[in-house]
Amino acid sequence: MSKTLAQQESLEAQAQRKEVKRNLLLSTPALIVLICAASGPLLIMVVFSFLTSGDYGGVKWEWSTEAWFQVAFYRDIFDDTVSIADAHLSILWRSVRLSFLTTLTAFVLGFPTAYFIATRPPETRNIWLFLVTIPFWTNLLIRTFAILEIIRNQGVVNTFLLMIGAIDQPLDMLYTDIAILLGMTYVYIPLMILPIYASMERFDFKLVEAAYDLYASRWKVMKRVILPLVKPGVVAGSILVFIPSLGAYVTPRVLGGGKNLMLGNLIELQFGQGRNWPLGAALSLTLLAIVMIALIVYVRSAQKQGATHDS
Amino acid sequence: MILRRRSFVIKRMPGFTLLALACFFALYMPLAPLVVYSFNEGNNIALWEGFSLRWYQAAWENQLVQSAAIRSIVVATIASIIATVLATMVALATTRTRPYRGQTIIYAMVNQPLVVPEIVTAVALLILFALIKQATNYHGYAYLVIAHSAFCIPFAYLPIRARLEGMDRVLETAAADLYATPWRAFKRVTLPLMLPGIFAGAMLAFVISLDDVVITEFVKSAGQDTLPTYMLGQLRRSITPEINAISTVLLGISVLMVTLIFFLSRKKTA
Repeated sequence: MSKTLAQQESLEAQAQRKEVKRNLLLSTPALIVLICAASGPLLIMVVFSFLTSGDYGGVKWEWSTEAWFQVAFYRDIFDDTVSIADAHLSILWRSVRLSFLTTLTAFVLGFPTAYFIATRPPETRNIWLFLVTIPFWTNLLIRTFAILEIIRNQGVVNTFLLMIGAIDQPLDMLYTDIAILLGMTYVYIPLMILPIYASMERFDFKLVEAAYDLYASRWKVMKRVILPLVKPGVVAGSILVFIPSLGAYVTPRVLGGGKNLMLGNLIELQFGQGRNWPLGAALSLTLLAIVMIALIVYVRSAQKQGATHDS
Repeated sequence: MILRRRSFVIKRMPGFTLLALACFFALYMPLAPLVVYSFNEGNNIALWEGFSLRWYQAAWENQLVQSAAIRSIVVATIASIIATVLATMVALATTRTRPYRGQTIIYAMVNQPLVVPEIVTAVALLILFALIKQATNYHGYAYLVIAHSAFCIPFAYLPIRARLEGMDRVLETAAADLYATPWRAFKRVTLPLMLPGIFAGAMLAFVISLDDVVITEFVKSAGQDTLPTYMLGQLRRSITPEINAISTVLLGISVLMVTLIFFLSRKKTA
């Protein structure tokens, strides 16, 4: 009896081992492609950030921490005096600031929109949701180009404002930080609406009714009942908007002109005119580090949220 | 008090509907001039001079646009097929099984392209491929195809995994009880049930590959423009309604695909 039990156990373990082997085998081809074109290149980039830049682009295979030094500091080529790299830090600051403002604007507009969709009757809800999904899957470059067309001096916005007499000269909106902010909000707002909607969909409006019965004002209901319960969606949406904004490349390139660089453009510059590949690699890893920190903060807060829900 | 209560709509929040409708308007309004001016008779994207299809014809006859369009479609087709096959295999390996060692690493690797900013991946690929190009002197399309396949994998993976997770093991067990070999059970039972997810995944992968700008821009060798990178290059020069015409066509393709996916996934639940 006990022998058969042991046999059965070993058979089960064998079956399980077989299943694990099958799973690993099935995953291998995808992992090979991903190692070749996703994780592998990242590791090589770490190596490159510790090399010396070549004279005409590329690298010399000499160990150096100069690139990491250059991320934040500037060394004068003539007298070797060291100062803080204002250009890099101001671009970093612009990236963080614009990404934060984009997230904020997307929240201010996206939250009511998600709320609106969630409070529609179930039959029409899918259609509103579909209307948010379409721009989400539309080419980012095309959407950026659409913004470029409407805010140009002869664009729809200026033409309209001139026509109604609100201004008597076209506003120079293109190639400013405002243009980048507008473009990024436009491009990334579906990423804010969709997760907020997802957590609102499960929201029980009986709770709102209960709050009103207890004489809560609308503002109180929003602040004390709705917002705390849909917070996971708000945090997820903010992360989903903040991360691509921080790494944005196309939108600032098209709408910021050559002057208003963001981190993505600064990185590109090192591989083009700058001819400083190690610095480009170090800047990329800096960007990645900021993104990872944002993600860790998100995961931590999600876990905390889960913990308080359990208790 | 009771009277007031009757006209009180619980779900209403002051100003929310207005803001939401403004948001929907803002989502679609900028696309209107883009589409309208693609039919402009004149050379300008600001001055309307009458209806004409001349810019569509110009784009159609432009050698650069033609070859870029073909390149886009070929790369997207190959990459989305590769990504879908690989994603299907990974999905089979990561759903409906007991947790095993390495599963978390597989998850992390599959989802990496979604987490790492595109510009970082693009630059990393530029570095690696520059090394390979130097060593082998090969400048072909393989770089574009493998890069696109990699970042399409998570997009193909998500709908397939969602579909698999909703599937019951019972049918496959029944097939096994009827002496079907594992392969036969997979081919005749599991695969047909997975198909809607696989289709959705393949289409998402195709759209994502077709739309990619950043990674393509950094990975392509000289003369390997796809439609988006061609357009990005043109935006630096003087803009003619030709760009609007190309944009409108791409816009149409995206809308068509998303609508298809929408109805595919709706039928499933109905």
